[in-house]
Amino acid sequence: MFHWRWDFVWQILPDLLRATENTLIASVLGYAIALVLGLVLALAQRTPWQALTWAVREAVEFIRSTPLVLQIFFVFYVFPQFGVRLSPWTSGMIAIGLHYASYLSEVYRAGLDGVPRGQWEACRALNLSTGRTYFRIIIPQALPIALPGMGNYLVGIFKDTPMLSVIGVAELMHTANAIGSEYYRYLEPYTLVGLIFLAISLPTAAGMRWLEAAVRRALGMTK
Amino acid sequence: MSVESYPLELTGSDIPMVRFAGVTKRYGPLTVLDSLDLDIAANEMVSIIGPSGSGKTTVLRMLMTLETINDGVIYVDGQPLTHMPRNGKLVPADESHMRKQRMNVGMVFQHFNLFPHMTALENCMEAPVQVLGLPKAEARERSVELLKLVGLEDKMNQHPARLSGGQQQRVAIARALAMRPKVMLLDEVTSALDPEVIGEVLNVIRYLNKEYKLTMLMVTHQMGFAKEISDRVCFFFAGNIAEQGSPDQLFGDPQNERTKQFLRAVLDAN
Repeated sequence: MFHWRWDFVWQILPDLLRATENTLIASVLGYAIALVLGLVLALAQRTPWQALTWAVREAVEFIRSTPLVLQIFFVFYVFPQFGVRLSPWTSGMIAIGLHYASYLSEVYRAGLDGVPRGQWEACRALNLSTGRTYFRIIIPQALPIALPGMGNYLVGIFKDTPMLSVIGVAELMHTANAIGSEYYRYLEPYTLVGLIFLAISLPTAAGMRWLEAAVRRALGMTK
Repeated sequence: MSVESYPLELTGSDIPMVRFAGVTKRYGPLTVLDSLDLDIAANEMVSIIGPSGSGKTTVLRMLMTLETINDGVIYVDGQPLTHMPRNGKLVPADESHMRKQRMNVGMVFQHFNLFPHMTALENCMEAPVQVLGLPKAEARERSVELLKLVGLEDKMNQHPARLSGGQQQRVAIARALAMRPKVMLLDEVTSALDPEVIGEVLNVIRYLNKEYKLTMLMVTHQMGFAKEISDRVCFFFAGNIAEQGSPDQLFGDPQNERTKQFLRAVLDAN
């Protein structure tokens, strides 16, 4: 029977906090990739070119229907067979960015579809170009609709970063595993990892709710 | 008649501001408009009335290029809108041709369609700045002027959510005017309004009709208003004009049996 050892906690905490930094970097970087790439994937499905729409739609479906961990393995272990050799970090960011981009593209799509048709018609009647219609009229209105989903996936990507440990990215989970196998004590490192995740997830979710309200206010969309 | 045989442009001394020439619109098997011919003179105020499903809103939507057409040609100010000349023949217009011709036409919608994330003033300034490329100061001046015209200078920094329906519709009118169109389309502009604010919107339209050089095409259920303000009234039935004439003639002495039925039903309902 194990007992909780505070001295061990203080001993491993600095290592875990350093690893937290990597976890945060991985989350923010992966999310940034996903945000931009997701928008590209969403807009690519709205062009007049049917073939492009179809191809992107199928790609998004494919990525959403296969496990993230498989995609990470694929980029890291299979790409080199085709001559593309990438570091664990690069592989991880590509896989996680692409994975979440396909989820976010669906969130964006729902946001864009949520803007009433009359807004598009007003833009056309005022002769706004397609680009200005999107960036000045439609996307600002789609944003409040998409924000809750975007917030969920921010927390989601953060909680999925431990999957990067399988290819050796030194994030929290990887570090906790290393500590466990070195000292044969798993209770403290895993508990601390859980607490650290909780300590970051909860305020992030609250922050996103605040952001939603702030965006609605800034856009004048409150009654 | 094939589209290729329509003239590339209208010439002559008294060309209409708008011409529908053999315009047909189908949704799948349903023919909404069946070979419509309609000329509207410059500065003319034409009202379109008729039962729902008679194709009257479709007429406006085609003229705003919100709908494509299946046959015929629409001309605005002598130039083809739905088509463009190529090698001496008319071919379906591409987006850049439509964008150019669409500049002549403005539209006010039943549900206002104001941009909710912009103030009344920003709504009016958006297209003049982004489409016409006006300097902000000039667009602002023009917009403030128009908001004054519709009686909303004290509301110009409000977002649409804070305005009543009647106020929102007046902003929408100012927004459309800010692009200085030659043809103004009014699509059931009072249908979504509470009865007590309909009057303020009608007053603005009255003023425009009197003081502005503007060709107006209005779909409406307000028979009294159509009678008062129109130069001509067109009664639509089953995808075409069943009867048209001056308001006095059409409301006072309708000839077509369908017109009589419709007017009786509408007047009974009031």
